[in-house]
Amino acid sequence: MQTDNRPLSPHLQVYKPQLTMVMSISHRISGVVLSVGSLILVWWLSALAAGPESFATANAVVGSFIGKVFMFLFTFALFYHLCNGIRHLAWDTGRGFDLDSVYKSGKLVLIAAAVLTVLVWVVGLSTGGA
Amino acid sequence: MSYRSNIKQAQGLGSAKEGVGHWWLQRVTAVALVPLMLWLAFGIARYSGAGYEATVAWVSNPTTTVLWVLALGMLFWHAKLGLQVVIEDYVHDEKAKFASLIAMKFITVLLAAIAILAVLRVALGS
Repeated sequence: MQTDNRPLSPHLQVYKPQLTMVMSISHRISGVVLSVGSLILVWWLSALAAGPESFATANAVVGSFIGKVFMFLFTFALFYHLCNGIRHLAWDTGRGFDLDSVYKSGKLVLIAAAVLTVLVWVVGLSTGGA
Repeated sequence: MSYRSNIKQAQGLGSAKEGVGHWWLQRVTAVALVPLMLWLAFGIARYSGAGYEATVAWVSNPTTTVLWVLALGMLFWHAKLGLQVVIEDYVHDEKAKFASLIAMKFITVLLAAIAILAVLRVALGS
């Protein structure tokens, strides 16, 4: 039976990216990013446990310009995953699946994640931190 | 003749192999992580410029120590459950899937152990 040249059903790339699909895969990507980012947390805690000198080194790395950029992105990934996770928990109760609600909750998640990210950095920078 | 009941022979053989256990634990750890991660993110931000002594004082406060340990435990448990699904979805070769799942589980438990030990070392001052 010849099966090689059959037309394939349309896959993801034929669709224009939509908020819903982009946010869906972003949830998974942010989860993986946060898992990898947890290495920084483990390293920072180990440095704290090891003493003042290693803690100063860890803070200098995290507080450098590149460190801050990474930490900012991690902060947003954390709050995106957290807020979108709450959206998922709400879906698990069977609510909010109609098109209008899905877009509204999606936009709400993006706004909430951005606000929380800014808030954490306002707190961090106002206390003179990295 | 088999002495195993029909239900016993069927259990664990479905495509999911373990029912809703994984799905449910993913949700339970997620619910726990919502307050824990909010607390942790703002806590770290508040102490990010505080220096060594103040950070040690914060982490060794009994309430803080407990919350840190809970947050780390939930974080790595949730990460293990999530990464497991990602690997199962994208790694199709059975041997590679098996190896990467085992490696991922070892690494997440190792990281959890290192992180929790670090918190306890700070808290207990050793």
